[in-house]
Amino acid sequence: MSDGETTLVRARGLTKTFGGFTAVDGVDFAVTRGECFGFLGPNGAGKSSTMRMVGCVSPVTGGELRLFGLDPATDGPAIRARLGVVPQRDTLDEELTVEENLWIYGRYFGLSRREVRERAGELLDFAQLTERAGDKVEPLSGGMKRRLTIARSLINGPEILLLDEPTTGLDPQARHILWDRLFRLKRSGVTLVLTTHYMDEAEQLCDRLVVMDHGRIVAEGSPQQLIKEYSSREVLELRFDTDEHGEWAPELVGVGERVEVLPDRLLVYADDGDAAASEVHRRGVEPLSSLVRRSTLEDVFLHLTGRSLVD
Amino acid sequence: MSFTTAPTRGTASRLARLLPVPAGAGLGRMLVERNATSFRHGWIALVTGFAEPVFYLFSLGVGIGALVRTVTTDSGAVVTYPVFVAPALLAASAMNGAVMDSTFNVFFKLKYAKLYDSVLATPMGPRDIAVGEISWALIRGGVYSALFLVVALLAGAVQSWWALLALPAAVFIGFAFAAVGMFATTFMRSWVDFDYVTLAIQPMFLFSATFFPLSTYPTALQWVVQATPLYHGVALERALMLGEVGVGVLGHVVYLLALGVVGLVGAARRLERLLLS
Ligand SMILES: Nc1ncnc2c1ncn2[C@@H]1O[C@H](COP(=O)(O)OP(=O)(O)OP(=O)(O)O)[C@@H](O)[C@H]1O
Ligand SMILES: [Mg+2]
Repeated sequence: MSDGETTLVRARGLTKTFGGFTAVDGVDFAVTRGECFGFLGPNGAGKSSTMRMVGCVSPVTGGELRLFGLDPATDGPAIRARLGVVPQRDTLDEELTVEENLWIYGRYFGLSRREVRERAGELLDFAQLTERAGDKVEPLSGGMKRRLTIARSLINGPEILLLDEPTTGLDPQARHILWDRLFRLKRSGVTLVLTTHYMDEAEQLCDRLVVMDHGRIVAEGSPQQLIKEYSSREVLELRFDTDEHGEWAPELVGVGERVEVLPDRLLVYADDGDAAASEVHRRGVEPLSSLVRRSTLEDVFLHLTGRSLVD
Repeated sequence: MSFTTAPTRGTASRLARLLPVPAGAGLGRMLVERNATSFRHGWIALVTGFAEPVFYLFSLGVGIGALVRTVTTDSGAVVTYPVFVAPALLAASAMNGAVMDSTFNVFFKLKYAKLYDSVLATPMGPRDIAVGEISWALIRGGVYSALFLVVALLAGAVQSWWALLALPAAVFIGFAFAAVGMFATTFMRSWVDFDYVTLAIQPMFLFSATFFPLSTYPTALQWVVQATPLYHGVALERALMLGEVGVGVLGHVVYLLALGVVGLVGAARRLERLLLS
């Protein structure tokens, strides 16, 4: 089997500079058919810049990028015909109705009128927007617009769907509806590539992900692998009656594997959180509150970069 | 089959990289379809686009026509004022329509609606956008021009069978202005810059031998007038509608064609720079 059949996207030393500024700094990754691959990183990490290169709308500055074994520099239109793109900001056509948005977008791919009408009907169902088919786009809620953007990106039956922060700015309920739709897509065989700065989204959706910071990839693996490798199983969160939580850190040396100081709390990394909490109590340290939870990707990111994901 | 097509496509794409022609997938018509679909929701614009030159024809033809009975054209013919001014109004409205479509409307889509960002995520390229938008401006302009010609005919302001060519000529004038207008739009930073558009359009509208013959200007000014694009549009339409077709017509056509091609290629290349960064 050739590389282009299982590895749909391959980047080696992929770089993007704007003037003198390096937004993407030599990243390597590969996306395999059928998986959900994520870029997790804070604002300005270079996620969108990477996605735009993969989407063949931003020329590669350096390194190598191949999609379906093709080079975006020479085969951009042929590659884009096989991609679906959900950009960070909705770019729906507000002068058109909901269904017209799907029809016209399909026409941009050169599909026939009959084809786009057929597909649009199915996609409106999928996006739960059938009742709004004839409405203008502008008054739709944020979640509906996002679902319409996803429906639109599927009009050409793409093999890879690129989602740049699919749920940023949506309320929890709208996010869960969206996640459900994305799961269905994945089950139907669409390869998903998404960016997010929500660790819960990455954990929920991604089979494999890379953690990005300052244009570089700092870690790679499945969510479980990353947590296992870069964090402990559990975390003990302690809040004290102080403005400077760092003051308490010396008291906690040796309680767990590691202590992280945040402005509003201390995190003690330990495989057994309850045991750590008892040890804290035994030492006579009296926090205002103490909470044991399992480790998340947020902890991985904190460990790798010393900063929080969402600021 | 795929064995024979693969090398040709390689050559084609290599050639495309050498030539300064921006990428496109030959799908410009899809943008025309998009604009037509959107236009159906706002057909009122059609009425205003058509009404303007007709109002001018009647106000000037009747009003000034009552003061100025006849005009001696630059080719020496003596005609009534409505006959003199109608071709110029046709050319000027072709310019106005094309410029409005390719500046205000395109700027809005480019900067605010972000329409082209979504278009470029599909196989379509910047050349398709330029071709699509300019074609759309021409189709709309063509409808206005056709309606205007009918009104001019009924008002007795059409003199020659050559006037049948006045419609394609108006579309051609629209092409030159739409292409340059779109090119200019890609340099605009905010709505404030549109004052420059007005600054360019208004003097041309007034002084391109539109309302009086070129010979009324001093010689030095005649050269200036002859350098501006609308003058060539007006002269072309006047030659056709008065039936004074000579070699000079070719000069006007070449001037406008050059303008249109430069505008089209320039617009597509600038879109590429702006949107595919
Ligand atoms: N067209 C551009 N010109 C100049 N700088 C740019 C451009 N696009 C992005 N950048 C810069 O590159 C860096 C990475 O931006 P990018 O949008 O890729 O980050 P991101 O990870 O998507 O962040 P966010 O979570 O905010 O969307 C930022 O510092 C940004 O200012
Ligand atoms: Mg981004």
